[in-house]
Amino acid sequence: MSEIALPKVDRSIVSKKETIVSNLKKFTLKENVLSELDEIKPYETDALAAYKNLPLAVVLPENTEEVSEILKYCHQENIKVIPRGAGTGLSGGALPLNDAIILGLGKFNKILDIDFENKCVVTQPGVTNLSITHAVKHKGYYYAPDPSSQLACSIGGNVAENSGGVHSLKYGTTTNNILGVEMVMMDGTICRLGGKTLDQEGYDLLGLICGSEGLLGVITEVTVKILKNPQTVKAALIGFPTIEDGGNCVTDIISNGIVPAGMEIMDKALIDATEKFVHAGYPMDAEVLMIVELDGTKSEVDELFKQIKEIAEKNKSNSFKLSKSEKERLGFWSGRKAAFPACGAMAPDYYCMDGTIPRGKLSVILKEISRLSKKYNLGVANGFHAGDGNLHPLILFDGSDKEQLRRTEEFGAEILKACVRMGGALSGEHGIGIEKRELMCEAFNDIDIQQQLNIKKCLDEKNLLNPGKVYPILRKCAEEGRVHVHRGEEKFPDLPRF
Amino acid sequence: MFTEVKKNSQIFQDSNHLLPKSELEVSNIIKEAYKKKLPIDIHGANTKKFIGYNVQAAKSLDLSSLNGIIEYLPEELYIKVKPGTLLEDVETALEKNNQELSFEPTDFGYIKNGKSNKGTVGGCVACNFAGSRRFKSGSVRDFVLGFRGVNGKGDIIKSGGTVVKNVTGYDLSKLVSGSFGTLVALTEITLKISAKKPSQNTIVIYENDPKVISELFQKILSSSNEISGAVFIPDEPQNKKFDLNKSKAFKFNDLDQEGSFFALRVEGDKNSIKERIKDISNELDLKKHKTSNLDPHQSPLFWKSVNSLQLFSETKNNLLRVVVPPANCEKVMNNIKNKFKYFIDWSGSLFWIEVPGKDDDKLKEVKKMILQNNGYLTIIKKSEEFDFSEKIFTIDDTKLMISKKIKESFDPKGIFNPGKMYKDF
Repeated sequence: MSEIALPKVDRSIVSKKETIVSNLKKFTLKENVLSELDEIKPYETDALAAYKNLPLAVVLPENTEEVSEILKYCHQENIKVIPRGAGTGLSGGALPLNDAIILGLGKFNKILDIDFENKCVVTQPGVTNLSITHAVKHKGYYYAPDPSSQLACSIGGNVAENSGGVHSLKYGTTTNNILGVEMVMMDGTICRLGGKTLDQEGYDLLGLICGSEGLLGVITEVTVKILKNPQTVKAALIGFPTIEDGGNCVTDIISNGIVPAGMEIMDKALIDATEKFVHAGYPMDAEVLMIVELDGTKSEVDELFKQIKEIAEKNKSNSFKLSKSEKERLGFWSGRKAAFPACGAMAPDYYCMDGTIPRGKLSVILKEISRLSKKYNLGVANGFHAGDGNLHPLILFDGSDKEQLRRTEEFGAEILKACVRMGGALSGEHGIGIEKRELMCEAFNDIDIQQQLNIKKCLDEKNLLNPGKVYPILRKCAEEGRVHVHRGEEKFPDLPRF
Repeated sequence: MFTEVKKNSQIFQDSNHLLPKSELEVSNIIKEAYKKKLPIDIHGANTKKFIGYNVQAAKSLDLSSLNGIIEYLPEELYIKVKPGTLLEDVETALEKNNQELSFEPTDFGYIKNGKSNKGTVGGCVACNFAGSRRFKSGSVRDFVLGFRGVNGKGDIIKSGGTVVKNVTGYDLSKLVSGSFGTLVALTEITLKISAKKPSQNTIVIYENDPKVISELFQKILSSSNEISGAVFIPDEPQNKKFDLNKSKAFKFNDLDQEGSFFALRVEGDKNSIKERIKDISNELDLKKHKTSNLDPHQSPLFWKSVNSLQLFSETKNNLLRVVVPPANCEKVMNNIKNKFKYFIDWSGSLFWIEVPGKDDDKLKEVKKMILQNNGYLTIIKKSEEFDFSEKIFTIDDTKLMISKKIKESFDPKGIFNPGKMYKDF
């Protein structure tokens, strides 16, 4: 297990465990408070399984009032609280602390209101991303953000991490697709931000909460926008002989005013790995493979694919295959979506990074990664949401070799630093959590971070809500920042990760 | 550095109208004001100055000299500018690459003095008022990728960046959008830009019945034809000024502006527009209505008129900006029809309503009705008789408490535009 500095454990809280547990049982049903080792063990980690830590107790409230009472009590008694949705987060945002209770929102699992007239769904936060789409698809609607873990990840967690997905370029991330939330602050105050209207007046507190990684409040209800399904969706597989050609094609497509619903790039290593794994029919002679998806009216989609084909040919593409059926389109995606397990089959361990870069820097960053791969003598496979500049390199290594683990960590940190140097960001969609916490000073100086901490302080003056996450504890740029998966011990191994 | 500070300190003492030319100058001025606890009125081109309460401040910090495009990368779909850059200059630069700001910034110039004036990018972000494409594309805040600015202590801070996916700390770009200069003096703004669609058409439907109008809005929101604008311009109440503004603003060959009309915009390449219009005709059962079509020459001008609020050109009355859930459109319409001048945008969500000056009760009545309909309202322009005990922005107590704390975290001594949004801070 990897080591990371965590906030100092308050022994006085730990010693009061029994009292705390019995008090928590006053606020919700007794069976909703878990404190025995076998009960709390499943909560010791989220999907960043490299880090494990036991909480003091776990409480699973059933309604907003219970959440409010629990937080009020914890606030009074100085007990730290870690909110947790489905636990699918990849940056360790829900990692417990020994003197903290886990506040699980798993029982908030109902959709409250499907409002087709206002084109929105009001839901409890524990409802999964995909079940929102399932609830409205009979009338031809869907919820746009589609993180790869959408089958299991909760909408509350999506709000906390501002989750994206493959279609962010055209449809935005969570922050662009929610209308309101109900939130409980650390002192127990319940507040509503937004509602069923577009925008809100005054400070955009909804925008602040979205992506705040559970540090500012506990989300107890979410109102999301729903969209009508596009009339036509098609995808194309395009192969290129070099990284530069693929990268240039991405830039040219955007420069021509085309906004694909999704645009993915895979490098040779990932094409080989996924093709062996799922036999998606990818062109094996390509150095770089692009998947482009367009939606809209039929004539528009056909016309734009004609243009994309021409742009691709100008950039020396060596293959172009347009989906002829929905089955074929999904087949194109199957390989890309199997990127994680395919890499898992290639090496005992892999680290998944999540940086973003300006699109035009694609070939530069891929070359830099390839240079670093040689420098550290470690294999790497690259998947890239080229449309929105989100890069997911998967570093392959053997974690049982301590020396390899050290090199991998350095390799990963160097990639993220390069992303920031090129004008990108440390995280596109996985969040900072504990994983990239100490790298925040690559992107921000002390003054920037202090301003953010001041905001935290004004909403949670005692720093009890999810402490130790997002903002550096050590105030040094440690070599951290990745998803570590060891010998298939990935949490939720069945979820596609892309 | 030392001489620079000294020089700025001198500027600060000599003049009440401060016109910094660099971020560092902004920072030094604010440091000085922080030290002396002196309120500052932060502004750009002053095109929207009438929105909010009047700021009582000894010094005015004018950011209009901090202007110019810092970086424009068409293929990366972003533009980085200084806050005093005119929106018009940005739009001209984007136009050359067939790009645009797809949130369609509202032009408040006509309201002020009957002339177009979109003001600066900083002002646009500070107010967060998006135009007709809002319901499809997003608001101003959805297009702010990152910013640099100076907080109330004089510290230079930044957030976000140039990429669309970014979960790196709190998203302060959202918080700064619509904060009316009360949190940060902006010094650099990065906006997401969009490809301009090759062509557009507008279908005008001549209708007046609130039920029919509301149904049309609903059908548009349920359509997959990516309709990017839907407005209703009523022909009521009978009023000379309103009629005059209406006939000036909407004078088009293919528009019969005698009565009320509804308009929707379709954008794309010519074939897809044709395909969409055919489909929309079925969805909206257009055979049943009298319609006309504004071609690609007339259509952009039509929407320019809508988004510059020309219907209320030089109004002396109270002008309200009201947002409600779209399903409540009909109820609101029935409440205000024949009483006030108004029009509806955002496919039934956004109402612009003019309420006569000397009538506080009517203002209160509209406010009550909007809150009952789960909406919110901003008093954009105040009449001379405006009762300043009236709230300009709608806010509940909890949100007010949180907002006050947020304000303190950026501006601990409360020196930025004090009292602009809320009386307490």
